[in-house]
Amino acid sequence: MSGLGPHAAFILASYGAAALVLGSLIVAILRDHRAQARALAALEQRGAGRRDRSGA
Amino acid sequence: MPSLTDLANPTRFMRLSAALLPWMAGAATILLAIGFYLAWFVAPADYQQGETIRIMFVHVPAAWLALMLYTMMAVSALGTLVWRHPLADVAQKAAAPIGAAFSLICLLTGAFWGKPMWGTYWVWDARLTSVLVLLLIYLGIIALWRALDDSGRAGRAVAILTLVGFVNVPIIKFSVDWWNTLHQPASVFRADGPTIHPAMLWPLLILALGFTLLALALHLAAMRAEIMRRRVRTLTILEAERHDRLAMQGLPA
Repeated sequence: MSGLGPHAAFILASYGAAALVLGSLIVAILRDHRAQARALAALEQRGAGRRDRSGA
Repeated sequence: MPSLTDLANPTRFMRLSAALLPWMAGAATILLAIGFYLAWFVAPADYQQGETIRIMFVHVPAAWLALMLYTMMAVSALGTLVWRHPLADVAQKAAAPIGAAFSLICLLTGAFWGKPMWGTYWVWDARLTSVLVLLLIYLGIIALWRALDDSGRAGRAVAILTLVGFVNVPIIKFSVDWWNTLHQPASVFRADGPTIHPAMLWPLLILALGFTLLALALHLAAMRAEIMRRRVRTLTILEAERHDRLAMQGLPA
């Protein structure tokens, strides 16, 4: 900390803010990706896209 | 090498992006690790700004990426309106939160750099204000996507807004030349070459490349999620219609 000089708090705040914003973005995108993949797999397993036997 | 037309097929895009993603994420991680090592342990303190120069290694790539992602969105907007590329509005929608995040990082790190160097977190000068406008445009685009249910209509409306907002990109770039601002002029992309010492320039360029690969990997992942969301929506509607038909015929679903 002392190696960063008198403005250490500003330097650490910058990196902390960047890590927080980027970390939140990464988590949000990965969670969304996983949720959509799970929902799609469930629908495909139920045969949601296939035509019904009545031919309608 | 697949062309843009080849990638118009979402199934092919999903296959290719699944193969590319781990490599891009891995390369981004390695470049960011090398870049931060050089930035923190090899690059010297600045003779005027001291250790606060370390903020530059995050602030500058974030600023470049905020502009690059908006430019990508403007190209995607042309893809939506002119070429009607089926993945153009997906690319545009996926890029907006990533561009907004880098704009926010640019503004926050700039404020934390500004206070010890300029004596203030914020000043309404041309560069800072135009970057704030960029963040607001990004937020407006995200809000417009959420406001309209029909993705086709939303895509066209957002494309027009994106192209109108693109006028802000050259304003941000040249604001330090056109107006008398507190912000320093360009010191890397200059006609007479960079004015930064190589000991600081190399970590900066390596980090910029690392952040770019990270942003592109996130963009691919967000595009994949959006394609799956649309497929889920279509299949949910098809499933509901099928259940309705079977119920009308008195058959089990």
